[in-house]
Amino acid sequence: MPEELLERTDLPEVIAPEESLVPPVPPEGLDTVLYEHDERASRADLRRQIAALELLLARLFDSAFPRKGIEFKVAGLGGPRVLSVDELEKVRDGLFTRIQEVRADLHEFAVTEESNRELIERMTADPAAHKWVRVYNEDIGERGCKNWHATPKWGPLGMLMGWWRVKISSGCPLAKGQPPPDPDRWRRRDSAASGGGVRLSDARSGRLRPGHRGPGPMTGPQRPGAPSR
Amino acid sequence: MNDRPEDWEAAPEPGWVAPALMEEFPGLSIATTALETTTGRSPEALKERLRDLSDRIGGPQAIQLRQKPIPWAYRVFFRHIGLDPDTDRTPVEQLVFERMHDGRFTSRNRVDDAITIATVEVGVALRAFDVDRVSGRVGLRLSEKGEAFEGRVAPLPAGTIVIADEERALGVLFGRTAEGRGVRRGTKRVLMAAIGVRGVPDIALEEALWVAGSALRA
Repeated sequence: MPEELLERTDLPEVIAPEESLVPPVPPEGLDTVLYEHDERASRADLRRQIAALELLLARLFDSAFPRKGIEFKVAGLGGPRVLSVDELEKVRDGLFTRIQEVRADLHEFAVTEESNRELIERMTADPAAHKWVRVYNEDIGERGCKNWHATPKWGPLGMLMGWWRVKISSGCPLAKGQPPPDPDRWRRRDSAASGGGVRLSDARSGRLRPGHRGPGPMTGPQRPGAPSR
Repeated sequence: MNDRPEDWEAAPEPGWVAPALMEEFPGLSIATTALETTTGRSPEALKERLRDLSDRIGGPQAIQLRQKPIPWAYRVFFRHIGLDPDTDRTPVEQLVFERMHDGRFTSRNRVDDAITIATVEVGVALRAFDVDRVSGRVGLRLSEKGEAFEGRVAPLPAGTIVIADEERALGVLFGRTAEGRGVRRGTKRVLMAAIGVRGVPDIALEEALWVAGSALRA
């Protein structure tokens, strides 16, 4: 039956329209007021949607901290000017896409952070199996400088005897203001520049960057970098 | 200049907004006030206020800034006019970004420091012009086709939103100021303009002008 219906060309839905699809010119006096009014309503509606999406993105920005490598930019269209409906749609779609991407990135971070939390539990249960491993608060998506570090008790003696433990450090240096100028800072900078030293800022803060975690083999925490897309 | 800063009244004068802009962006507004001042380096009292402000604004405030009503309203408006607020930052976000980058609000000069204090305290976007180089009342409009802009070789693209007096464009909205219309060395009177968008109450514009004015008189 549907095929028969399709073959019938006398049905109004099947007959090809002969007249132009372009709408007729509005009557004299109306000009484009009617059309302009419609577009203005569309623009206002799109602006409301953009405002709601912007708030959503702002909330995601807040919850993403202190994670790094997440992109929040949505390209502008060149302004300041009044954007058309098409352009506002582009902005809205850009925001929507960005929100989806940020959510996906946060999900990836959450998975990695959960595995790092499990690593802390395993470290605590069996420190000797995780020698020298250190997990920072940053690795589990939290603020602050706290870290869990598997170290030998009593230094070399503990290493020889196999006495390992997980040391928890709050880590943050005390706020003391700017330190006085270091008299031999130029020498130290030179050595750092030649690849032989630790960065001055890191050394002062007592915090070493990844790659300066101490001696020995280690199975460190996973680091969620900029997720590949 | 003899009365105390806190006794001073802003007395803002509402500026005009072109009907085409008003219809598109309800809530868009501009308010101005003329202030007698001197230019040059900031006095110690103003620098002290900047230092206090630096102590109050830190990382947590910077992270949460874009969720606060007034900064959020400007971010939304930036999106509406085709700007990306993460590239062309809103005035308050730019200042807070510089605070994070430099470790403090750096003192530049009396007028800039007053604008910094008022913008960070209230969140409202402020601009300053030389009163003697402004003709009539100030408002917001769209640029015309082929309209010249002082300091720019090519004309402004038609439809650009500009801050203008009754004769010419004084500056691009949230952009550069026309050459010779801004505050220069030797400026005696400053026209402080507060730009409001939907979501920013009029009282905030008045407060921003008052804070800037009282900072200038510090």
